[in-house]
Amino acid sequence: MDINDLRSIVTVVSFLTFLGIIVWAYGLKSNKKRFEEAANLPFAEEEVDQAELGLSSGNQQGKMS
Amino acid sequence: MSEVQSTYNYTVVRQFTVMSVIWGIVGMLVGVIIAAQLVWPELNMGFLHFGRLRPLHTNAVIFAFGGCALMGSSFYVVQRTCHTRLFCDQLASFVFWGWQLVIVLAAITLPLGITQGKEYAELEWPIDILIAVVWVSYAVVFFGTLIKRKVTHIYVANWFYGSFILAVAVLHIVNSAATPVSLTKSYSAYAGVQDAMIQWWYGHNAVGFFLTAGFLGMMYYFVPKQAGRPIYSYRLSVVHFWALIFTYMWAGPHHLHYTALPDWTQSVGMLFSLILLAPSWGGMINGIMTLSGAWHKLRDDPILKFLITSLSFYGMSTFEGPMMSIKTVNALSHYTDWTIGHVHSGALGWVAMISIGTIYYLLPRLFGRPEMHSVKLITVHFWVATVGVVLYIASMWIAGVMQGLMWRSVNADGTLTYSFVESVKVSYPFWGIRFLGGLLFLVGMLIMAYNMFKTMAAGNTDDAPVLIPAGQHV
Repeated sequence: MDINDLRSIVTVVSFLTFLGIIVWAYGLKSNKKRFEEAANLPFAEEEVDQAELGLSSGNQQGKMS
Repeated sequence: MSEVQSTYNYTVVRQFTVMSVIWGIVGMLVGVIIAAQLVWPELNMGFLHFGRLRPLHTNAVIFAFGGCALMGSSFYVVQRTCHTRLFCDQLASFVFWGWQLVIVLAAITLPLGITQGKEYAELEWPIDILIAVVWVSYAVVFFGTLIKRKVTHIYVANWFYGSFILAVAVLHIVNSAATPVSLTKSYSAYAGVQDAMIQWWYGHNAVGFFLTAGFLGMMYYFVPKQAGRPIYSYRLSVVHFWALIFTYMWAGPHHLHYTALPDWTQSVGMLFSLILLAPSWGGMINGIMTLSGAWHKLRDDPILKFLITSLSFYGMSTFEGPMMSIKTVNALSHYTDWTIGHVHSGALGWVAMISIGTIYYLLPRLFGRPEMHSVKLITVHFWVATVGVVLYIASMWIAGVMQGLMWRSVNADGTLTYSFVESVKVSYPFWGIRFLGGLLFLVGMLIMAYNMFKTMAAGNTDDAPVLIPAGQHV
């Protein structure tokens, strides 16, 4: 096999992988919950958000409710 | 992995964040100086002339200002989204001091003319080795932290930061391969057009991974945080990420249109550059639409103004870039000031503005203050910087298109209509406007530094506690 065949195969496989990723991201209903969970990761630590602003947690409202 | 950790490592984040502002001022000051040298040539004094100072400017703003902002923010984001303290404090500290040493060495060697002559990879081989060691340590700290995370998911910002760290390691090590002949001189391991192709494979991916993927990591954490709502579409962010990864590596040849590079390679580069428009705009839309339903926040939150404006500039320059990669457009734009305008629309509008927004977000949190010393001064900074960018880009567009048209213009008998110096002469007023725009942007950074030091003086350096994340799988 010529090295150029390998190069073509890698390109095609890459493209198919990418299509697979699109299907995985948009096509699978079961992924909806895990994506939602992941999207909320930055908001999982409200107490730390308060603490780093020098505010005591709970009784004071931070800048970004 | 069961050790009790009480706080996040904010020390290294603090160091990088403060130094980012300092190096930003240094790098942009050099930029303003070289802009002035083009308007007033008598300012080219001794060895401190345009040719020596220009690489100092690019290295300082990209690797010192941008690098510190990326390293600091990535260390903050990876800890907070993994709910765990940074892996190996000593190594993190080495990354900081090692990177500062690289910057100082660059500031010494570049004005002395010690250079490999590769754009954005000018530093000589001993410094290149130091960069490689520091960068691998950076990767170990970052990925080490990811491995000991306390949650199942790896948040999308970390994917972008991670790809930036990995890709830059590969690019730097491959492109910097050289044969040393003395401590301060080496020759590239590649020759001829291969050398040019590897250089611009590196060069464009420095744009794609250093100046894009890294800062998109910032975008995916700090835009949602500052807006107080999760990213518009997490699914889009996944596709955005992989589309960038699959296409960016191929775009480099557009820097070598109409050169000795094989024609088909130029066309491949152009095609992939055009494809890049789609993922770039997907990312921009994802960031801006995060504000959907909360646009009013933009009115009185200057940090959000910085972040969202940066995304608008990102959209603009990622539309302009693919257009300029089209060969026929490139025939007009290449080697003119249009390119400089395009680069600064990305560098000042996108990279600097998202970094500035991020730094304004981080500073109060790193120094235990509810907000910056003066929120009003952030607004002032925003408008000064925005006017500066617009003046800079508009003047370079006009100068660039004018230069391109003059250079290609021929008389009926085939001779050139204009001599080169005539195009220089008509460019002067626009170089003056560019100087003014750059100066305004620098003034904005000085306002920021004042605000930063005032915030630091009133603050403390207590680190935030690590809490067990609620509702997450361990």
